[in-house]
Amino acid sequence: MNDQRPLIIIIAIVLVGVVLLTKLFLIQVADDTFLRRAERNAIQRVVDHPYRGLVYDRTGKIMVYNNPIFDLMVIPREFSVKDTARFCEIFQISKEQLIEGYTAARKYSAVKPSPLKKQISTTEFARIQDYLIDYPGLFVMTRAVRSYPQPSAANALGYIGEISARQLERDTLKYYRQGDYVGLSGIEGFYEPELRGVKGVKYRMVNVRGVDKGPFKNGEYDTVAVAGKNLTSTIDLELQQYGEMLMAGKRGSVVAIEPKTGEVLAMISAPSYDPNMLTGAKFGANYMQLNQDDSKPLFNRPIMAMYPPGSIFKIVQSLVGLQMGVLSPNTTYSCNRSLVACHNHPNPVNLFGAVKYSCNPYYHQAYRAMINREVSRSTFKDTEIGLNTWREYVVKFGLGGPLGIDLYNEKGGSIPSSNLYDRIYGPGRWKYSTIYSLSIGQGEMLVTPLQMANLAAIFANKGYYYPPHLVKAVDGDPNKIPQRFRTRIDVGVDAQHFDLIQDAMAEAIYGTAARAAIKDITIAGKTGTAQNPQGEDHSVFIAFAPKEDPKIAIAVYVENAGWGGRAAASTASLMIEKYLRGEITRPALEEYVLAGKFM
Amino acid sequence: MREDDLYINKIDWITITIYALLVIMGWFNIYAAVYDEQAAKSIFDFSINSGKQLVWIGTALLLITIIMVADYRLFENLSLVLYGIFLLFLLITPFFGKEINGQRAWFEIGAFRLQPAEFAKFATALALAKFMERPSFDLSQFKYQMQALLIIMLPVALIMLQPDTGTAMVYSAFFIMLYREGMPQRYYVLGLAFIAVSLLALGIENNLYIVIGVVAVVVIFILLGKKKLSRILAFTILGLATIAYTYSLDYVVSKLPEHQQNRIMVLFNPDIDPLGVGWNVTQSKIAIGSGGFAGKGYLEGTQTKFDFVPEQHTDFIFCTLGEEFGWVGSLVVIFLFCALLIRLVFLAERQKNRFSRVYGYSVISILLFHFMINIAMTIGLFPVVGIPLPFFSYGGSSLWSFTILLFIFIKLDSHRIQLLGRMK
Repeated sequence: MNDQRPLIIIIAIVLVGVVLLTKLFLIQVADDTFLRRAERNAIQRVVDHPYRGLVYDRTGKIMVYNNPIFDLMVIPREFSVKDTARFCEIFQISKEQLIEGYTAARKYSAVKPSPLKKQISTTEFARIQDYLIDYPGLFVMTRAVRSYPQPSAANALGYIGEISARQLERDTLKYYRQGDYVGLSGIEGFYEPELRGVKGVKYRMVNVRGVDKGPFKNGEYDTVAVAGKNLTSTIDLELQQYGEMLMAGKRGSVVAIEPKTGEVLAMISAPSYDPNMLTGAKFGANYMQLNQDDSKPLFNRPIMAMYPPGSIFKIVQSLVGLQMGVLSPNTTYSCNRSLVACHNHPNPVNLFGAVKYSCNPYYHQAYRAMINREVSRSTFKDTEIGLNTWREYVVKFGLGGPLGIDLYNEKGGSIPSSNLYDRIYGPGRWKYSTIYSLSIGQGEMLVTPLQMANLAAIFANKGYYYPPHLVKAVDGDPNKIPQRFRTRIDVGVDAQHFDLIQDAMAEAIYGTAARAAIKDITIAGKTGTAQNPQGEDHSVFIAFAPKEDPKIAIAVYVENAGWGGRAAASTASLMIEKYLRGEITRPALEEYVLAGKFM
Repeated sequence: MREDDLYINKIDWITITIYALLVIMGWFNIYAAVYDEQAAKSIFDFSINSGKQLVWIGTALLLITIIMVADYRLFENLSLVLYGIFLLFLLITPFFGKEINGQRAWFEIGAFRLQPAEFAKFATALALAKFMERPSFDLSQFKYQMQALLIIMLPVALIMLQPDTGTAMVYSAFFIMLYREGMPQRYYVLGLAFIAVSLLALGIENNLYIVIGVVAVVVIFILLGKKKLSRILAFTILGLATIAYTYSLDYVVSKLPEHQQNRIMVLFNPDIDPLGVGWNVTQSKIAIGSGGFAGKGYLEGTQTKFDFVPEQHTDFIFCTLGEEFGWVGSLVVIFLFCALLIRLVFLAERQKNRFSRVYGYSVISILLFHFMINIAMTIGLFPVVGIPLPFFSYGGSSLWSFTILLFIFIKLDSHRIQLLGRMK
């Protein structure tokens, strides 16, 4: 009876072996998920964050540097606290924060570190350093935050912040990880690839408690972090700060450009904020506050605000008229105020006088001559063709579209084409009388302060410009900035036409903007008044100086400050003097601007 | 003198060779389990477990020598005395033992720690052999079944006082030996059915499926068999009992200590809490599974070396093997165990007296149980039970007790010609 039982036992033994080996085969050979899980377990990918590149101004003064900051990290499996109250007191963390932070860390991983408290200052770090040893599973990780020794040029420099989920999605090269810091606006945003450097990766073997057990395969796969490249900005920090001081308490923009290179010397957006507000632990709260501020300090006016150019556009009209052959220096129109209002000046005027006195009726008539050239019998068709032809000339001045400055979110303004009026009035249902306000820079025409400053540079250069930019060298090498900033753009107007305009602009200072005149420096400028249906007009002024060898071209917008000859011209004049002389010889004018009572 | 008369030639060298291979492989694996690349120490370093294991191996050799030179009749004659002594040890362990992990299972003598429950196994095996050697002993009779059960249950009851469920469970292995010795087959059919129903009841969320299955099986048996009233009644009662058991099992499980409940839950759903309750099994499977076909290479394992697997040098030593030597390494070890067990079956079958054969099958039973359950738990086929892998796991108690267990049988086998007993 029992004879077969030893055999059954042998079969059972073999069966046990087969079952075990089958299961082992399934998890060892047939399934590689365990291999990957093992790697995740024991091989920690430690990212070595490179130092972000620094930013210097054009004279070598530091504008942005890195400040070390510390994150308190926790490894949940090792972490334990006996006296919670004492712990909270030492590490200055509320009980709720502790519980919340620990729960989140535990959820992420029991054995990998998670931040418990972010961005501890150097002084706080020094204080808690000695206590760390009492708490296993707690350690400090060093990071760096941006810091600004001179709290200036906030909107031009921009800020960095934690990468958003959307940005992560768009990052197809998978450079970034959750929690990484990335330039979100300004130079920080535009030059992110240069500034960020190259991340290093160390593969460390860690035990179950996350304790480092040395490099994986002797560091065969490790890479070294490469610090970000330093940028040399085109901004003159001293001029920038002076401009910010002048614009304090006002709303508006100042853009100064070196005409010969397109380098932006100063770019002031008022009101602004201290860029140090948007670094470190206070980023979130401060950002919220700035974002909700009615004065819109985060709004980068020089490149984003759009206004009608007003009288300043008359210079463009003059040049286009000259180039088209519609105007000549001797072209004379009477100051017919039944067409459009004007101010008192000799009558009639030739082109020089029209620029000098900013004669509205002159441009009303001159523009009609440019538009209605009797190409078509139909006055409607003729206007349409004329407008489009004229527009081709105008957009070459860098209007009607973004200039391509090295900042994101630059607005392009608008120079209307026939399509716009077709949309508004219907095709064939509008003519010159519909669009004549364009002649004096009003109507459906918008420009940014940056475009206006660029216009000043074009006038200074007699017909060309380099796209304005804020960075002149990457790691000291000027050839590393985008090629387009080193490419001259001609506006298609012969240089000789500019002579008359320059002369008239220089004269105009004594006419419309006497305050702007500086002894021994010839300023060529033009006032404007941008009509503002919401309230007081905006004060506008553009200029370049010295007229003989222009070193600075400037556009100033002061919102709701009325006529351009006062607020904007005074501010521009002070900026020019500051830049060319390094000092101000007219304290009374400075006081006048600082007081800000222009109306 | 004929060559055959040499005592040395009567010893079964195949068994000893497999034993030696397993012990040496175990020793190397223990070294790998505690190896620290940054502070690498020699395998012979006594400050680490591999060095200590070498001491245990050396003393095990001493034990082997003593067993081999002792009089073979000693074990039969002393069997009941040894059984009594170890019962006494087990009885006092809960009172004088050193408490480790909530168990009082260890005696501490100087630097040494011994676990009486480990040694009680071979004493129980000897006692069983002695009892069953009697010519009248017949396992088909209820009286003798109860006698055998009593001998097994006495140490189990005492071990449960410590409490050491894992070691206590090992004693159920004797049912393998009892099977060979003629225990009625129906017990095993019932036992296996019981296990199957338990697994189903625990593994299947909705007990209704089991009820339907049980009813179906009962109906089929009744319809197929002879339709006698007693038979129909028996099947119906059995079916009802099964259903009742199914429903009561959830209740019973809910009354178990929490850690045991968790272990059972994890078996059926290893992913429920991979960082908590499921940690051991999850990490153990990761370690073994990451070994792949040929393993990561000796001392190259990351999971076991960096402490992801708890108790890796003792109960989870198989993880180190699986990770560093892969499926091939596992195959070799499993093959060696199976070869050893099958060889022992042959040895047991060639015994000329019942004492040796019963003892031999007891050795097979215990080794098979340890081997099967230990590896099964590391790969998630069985709940985590704290029992060592024979010869492989670190520790003096375990190595000594398995060595004694095995070599008493080798000793008995080498004298099988002299041990002409009454065979049944």
